[in-house]
Amino acid sequence: MRWALSLALLVLVILPNFLGSYLLTVFIFIFFYAYLGQAWNLLGGYGGQISLGHAAFVGVGAYTSTYLSMTYKLSPWIGMFIGGAAAALLGGVIGYLGFRFGLRGFYFILLTVAFAEICRLIVSHLEPLGGALGLFITFTGNPWQFQFSDNRSYYYIALGMMLASVAIVGAVERSRMGAYLVAIREDEDASEALGVNAFATKLAAIVLSAFLTGMGGTFYANYLFSLQPNTAFGIPLSVEIILRPIVGGSGTLVGPILGSFILSPLAEVSRAYFARGGLSGVHLIIYGSLLIAVVLFFPRGAYPYLRGLLRRLPRRGAP
Amino acid sequence: MNVTLLGQAALNGLLFGGVYSLMAVGLSLIFGVMRVINLAHGDMMVWGSYVAFFLALRLGVDPFVSFLLCAAALFSLGVLVQRGLVNRVLEAPHEMQILLMLGVALVLENLALVIFGPDTRRTESAYGLETVWLGPVFVDVARLMTFVLALAFSLALYLFLFRSDLGRLIRAAADNSYGALVIGADVGRIYTVAFGIGAACVGAAGALMSALVPFSPAAGFAQTVVSFNIVIIGGMGSLLGAFLGGILVAVAESLGAVLLVPSLKELVSFVLLVLILLFRPQGLFGRKTA
Amino acid sequence: MSLLEVRAVAKRFGGLQAVSDLTFGMADGEVLGLIGPNGAGKTTVFNLLSGFLAADAGEILFRGRSLRGLRPHQICHLGLTRTFQIVRPFPHLSVLENVKVGALARTASARDAAARARRVLEEIGLLAKAEVPAGELTLAERKRLELARALATEPVLLLLDEVMAGLTAAETERIVELVRAINRRGVAVLLIEHVMRAVMSLSERIIVLNYGERIAEGPPAVIANDPRVIEAYLGEEYVGAAQG
Repeated sequence: MRWALSLALLVLVILPNFLGSYLLTVFIFIFFYAYLGQAWNLLGGYGGQISLGHAAFVGVGAYTSTYLSMTYKLSPWIGMFIGGAAAALLGGVIGYLGFRFGLRGFYFILLTVAFAEICRLIVSHLEPLGGALGLFITFTGNPWQFQFSDNRSYYYIALGMMLASVAIVGAVERSRMGAYLVAIREDEDASEALGVNAFATKLAAIVLSAFLTGMGGTFYANYLFSLQPNTAFGIPLSVEIILRPIVGGSGTLVGPILGSFILSPLAEVSRAYFARGGLSGVHLIIYGSLLIAVVLFFPRGAYPYLRGLLRRLPRRGAP
Repeated sequence: MNVTLLGQAALNGLLFGGVYSLMAVGLSLIFGVMRVINLAHGDMMVWGSYVAFFLALRLGVDPFVSFLLCAAALFSLGVLVQRGLVNRVLEAPHEMQILLMLGVALVLENLALVIFGPDTRRTESAYGLETVWLGPVFVDVARLMTFVLALAFSLALYLFLFRSDLGRLIRAAADNSYGALVIGADVGRIYTVAFGIGAACVGAAGALMSALVPFSPAAGFAQTVVSFNIVIIGGMGSLLGAFLGGILVAVAESLGAVLLVPSLKELVSFVLLVLILLFRPQGLFGRKTA
Repeated sequence: MSLLEVRAVAKRFGGLQAVSDLTFGMADGEVLGLIGPNGAGKTTVFNLLSGFLAADAGEILFRGRSLRGLRPHQICHLGLTRTFQIVRPFPHLSVLENVKVGALARTASARDAAARARRVLEEIGLLAKAEVPAGELTLAERKRLELARALATEPVLLLLDEVMAGLTAAETERIVELVRAINRRGVAVLLIEHVMRAVMSLSERIIVLNYGERIAEGPPAVIANDPRVIEAYLGEEYVGAAQG
């Protein structure tokens, strides 16, 4: 297992040398969405607190670091952490309100949607942040400004972020917090009876999840060179964030990565056609049908199914 | 800021509230009976609008007549979605149901995009531009018609749910799915009919609204979100709450558009939602136990 | 100083007085039975003691400390752990992971918690099922898992809510033995139970609740022959018959 992982990692490290610019882009999206998915997974997959407003954290992180960079010439490498902290603060507010008042399930989902929409509407009306038109980053190619003329740099940054998210969420999974999060997902009252401080645990999870997602915002802004409230805070981005971990298998470390390897190329293809116009909807119909198929045929996500398959293989032939 | 302007805005909101109510009642019914979040609700609405649009364009049927046909068409769509998809995931984890409905929403939205194109449309009605002055304020006849028809549709639904056997079973299922099971009712049929009616409500709402507000395939998700806001504000599981919530939100949005910037009117319903979630999570008209 | 002191506690749900003016105490290491007909308020008492409900009136002291305003997890950390009448395992987690959650109340280390969980599972006799998802257990196994999880929090006082309901005579006997063994180690036990033979044999003292009020208290032998108790359980006409 360990050598298989090392081999996969080695392949990913040398891969850019063999990829054309289009495929490079596809891989960057795979890694980046796997990263965002992993950050969501901490709260939604392990903790069972489903957020459909994670774009708010991307947006807050992206706007924070971009504004600081444009106004105060602060390097986005530093702004990234400040943006993460700002997103974590927002996550803390949402979590405090939602969890303090005991909002569960559907109500929590709506609270997150509402906060993301409120952020989107407010930023759309803030002139210093460019209003509805958003912010545009001028390309300088200065690495200190998170800008690179070689796309391979973005590739390695996105890969590094994905691996870091796996390391962080993996560490949480093995810790007391991880065990508590899963217990809360399974039965919150029963977990409280066993000494789990559900409020504090969920709050910690949303703060960490928002922090990681917010850091992703800086990459988002500097890879796309522009920020619009409707896309950076929009529900479609929130939806993209939750799709991958759920399709891959939520509450597992592999889920978001597997889901991203399945969905991101599809999304990227459909996006490319979208830009060309014409029959733009067809690919999203396929995308939507695929989601439906996943639910009907892999109701616990792809990874648990694959794992079950792998376990069954050697046993074949045995009674 | 003068009082007449505010009064006019409140009246416009009130009359627009009928379609909001219908939309929310449909959603509330589906959630109440099946505990499934219909994330395709707004996209179903857009389909209702398109049916009305083409009936008016090709056959010259006024949307204030054709909304019944739209309701019937969407009833069929609802039955299909319930039988073919929703029925299979009733026991699945929460996030899987969400994923399924997101898939349905994506398919419906983009099917509309492929078939009808991205253009914004508005259904022609004979009453489109007529107005009647009522003292200092005027009444937009089309708005008044939508309000009256939405009210009538809701009343018919009320009679069905409270006076017919099947309707009573649906309400029983909405209160407690085990209750209906114990009685030995055909739960599958109840679910199918409930989903169909929920879709019919939003189909009728889409048809009526298409005469007032321009629509496009992309408009669906925003309507889904507004529907959910209304249902939570009114009180989950309370059909009356959904109905009154629809009117309340429409009035609040209409006033918000006048008092704030028009483009910030959506903010009103979200702020209202957050306040409700925090201080009265059972909703304005919901029961405490919910 | 006694382990638990319940002083004039009352709880009302709308028009229903679920618990009224209830006072009792428990000593270290005691086994106390709490019985009464359905709806007598027993589970409400558990919810009040474990912090899932707040009392309308009265005071609850555990090891001399008031439990007022404490959340269930804080009360658990003080050494008072409850089980649920309708067992609530974490269905997708393995038996070991279930018990580990309880053990983590006493250690922050996941490794240490796993080791403690194994020890508890061995004691409870579930070690063979350690890797099985809890959702796949039989009812009897789930009841034991519920007990194991609570035990893993290392309570001083264990509240057991009908851990024997629905079990066969042999399974019940196993649980009785387990509870006895747990008690021998010094853990006090407050027991809600409908299986009379088990309550009678385990408890040193029994409190009888009816309509939220304590109607009798005493050693098992006395309680079994108390006419008020027979009346509460069987209705008034039986009392005359039993005495006549």
